[in-house]
Amino acid sequence: MMHTQTLQRRTPALTLVGIVLTGVVLAILPFVVGIAGQGWVRIMNFALLYVMLALGLNIVVGFAGLLDLGYIAFYAVGAYTWALLASPHFGLHLPFWAILPISIAVAGLFGVMLGAPTLKLRGDYLAIVTLGFGEIIRIFLTNLNAPVNITNGPQGINRIDAFTVGEFTFGRAETIMGVRFTGPEKYYYLLLAFVLIILLICVRLQNSRIGRAWEAIREDEIAAKAMGINTRNVKLLAFAMGASFGGVAGAMFAAMQGFVSPESFSLTESISILCMVVLGGMGHIPGVILGALILAALPEFLRAVVEPAQHMLFGAVILDPEGIRMLMFGLAMVLVMLFRPAGLWPSAVRKRELAQRKGEAS
Amino acid sequence: MTVLLKAQGLSKRFGGLQALSDVGFEIQTGEIYGLIGPNGAGKTTLFNVLTSLYIPESGTCTFAGETLTGRKPHEVAHLGLARTFQNIRLFGNLSVIENVMIGRHIRTHAGVIGAVLRTGATRREEAQIEARAHELLDYVGIGHRANEVAKSLPYGDQRRLEIARALATDPKLLALDEPAAGMNASETVVLRQLVEKIRNDGTTVLLIEHDMKLVMNLCDRLLVLEYGKVLAEGRPAEVQRNPKVIEAYLGAGAAQVAQTVPGAQA
Repeated sequence: MMHTQTLQRRTPALTLVGIVLTGVVLAILPFVVGIAGQGWVRIMNFALLYVMLALGLNIVVGFAGLLDLGYIAFYAVGAYTWALLASPHFGLHLPFWAILPISIAVAGLFGVMLGAPTLKLRGDYLAIVTLGFGEIIRIFLTNLNAPVNITNGPQGINRIDAFTVGEFTFGRAETIMGVRFTGPEKYYYLLLAFVLIILLICVRLQNSRIGRAWEAIREDEIAAKAMGINTRNVKLLAFAMGASFGGVAGAMFAAMQGFVSPESFSLTESISILCMVVLGGMGHIPGVILGALILAALPEFLRAVVEPAQHMLFGAVILDPEGIRMLMFGLAMVLVMLFRPAGLWPSAVRKRELAQRKGEAS
Repeated sequence: MTVLLKAQGLSKRFGGLQALSDVGFEIQTGEIYGLIGPNGAGKTTLFNVLTSLYIPESGTCTFAGETLTGRKPHEVAHLGLARTFQNIRLFGNLSVIENVMIGRHIRTHAGVIGAVLRTGATRREEAQIEARAHELLDYVGIGHRANEVAKSLPYGDQRRLEIARALATDPKLLALDEPAAGMNASETVVLRQLVEKIRNDGTTVLLIEHDMKLVMNLCDRLLVLEYGKVLAEGRPAEVQRNPKVIEAYLGAGAAQVAQTVPGAQA
């Protein structure tokens, strides 16, 4: 915190140039990538969704130190909230300004629901309970089609409304001021805006009274209590904040895809998001973003490179890239844990923590 | 002199071990109250009961006119009872200044919305927290280490950082659990001056300590525990002459010698 402050004070011009350059790159990115095909813009959009999820999970795992293996549940809750309130399934078509806050609130509520019974658990025990919670939500979504059809079961819900502001819908391509925007390109800017808002919230919370309380709990819960921190409330706040970011991402997923089904919210997804946080550098916001981008891009990279490479070498696809995706994930994780145990871009704090553990072990 | 903390009939059992039985005492506002006793006498257990980390089986405790028993640990801190730990419990990976800033948590108010919008009130509060934390670090004498990592500090400085962090909660009563443990003679002298300064600046001090020289010179009154029971209470000079105390520390023979030979104790 202090470090960045002094940096900004010393080099305001350089920082400003950096921000402007980043802004320009982010603004024209979908058009550059779009040359290769709209599919790539969609992949970018998913990468942005993963950034949101990773930032949300980072609050729980990175800041407050609570290992959550069921985080995808909140993504699912957000997605289904949007799906149920804006699709022909119930005949509801609420506007975005109603659904979005409801999605956030419902996901936040689920966060508290998970947090409340697990307040006294830490480490492995918490991980097991959260893992179970994630599965419970998925199984509920699969089975809540009888006796009353709420979620439409494994078929999922389709024909979900796109994100629409008044007459402006993000689902369709249209020409604005002489520039043609496709649907995915429009969603890109919307998602980017959400990512920036979430990023701002994360950065500001980290360097605040609340962020310090989270760190205190992560470091030593008993000392935190003795210092007067209401650990129950502060932990629940972490769960609720993390969950509500997941809810936003889920709602955007539903609006963008127009279709949700329980199979999008499997344990594998929870683990992927956790991998993003760990691979990037727990508790360090730039690291978490990097981790999310790399792991979101990795399967697409495999698809784009491994398949043609196999065609060239063997004349046929021998290994399906989708099949070896988890294998590559695992390999990436093992390599990172071996060579950069604190993550690709770790925070100073995390580096110190690991340095100490190493010292104790030897 | 008013009573700041009053404990009556406190008992705490761990399985077959009666860690505290029927412990009662009073701490006056503005004094340095010592808590001594052989290892395993229940001193730290008493600390944990007072700060609600343990729930006693029986007994009551009042602090500054409020009931302490049955409260949550953070509520105890809120009422103005701050403590340090025998086996130092700093937020080790955070910087020294952040440790003290966390101590300001209960006396400040900024919430999520204030932090996210970075309102004027939040910014002012942050500046105050930081200023106060620096002040406290200077007060305990480790101001020059503000940006170091807490766990990289030398042992004595870690103890002093814990005191600064506890003071950041604006306590009425500061409970120190063996602050001089592991300190050398000159560090102990500095510590003694610090504890006296804290008392003179208006904070009552409760002190667990094994260093008898320090305890006898520093404390206004003492409570001696043995096997979870109160063995003696009173001024250091009285406690030192108490045959039961001499017996607990030195054995029965020593107690006899002390009684027959006036002035042989200590």
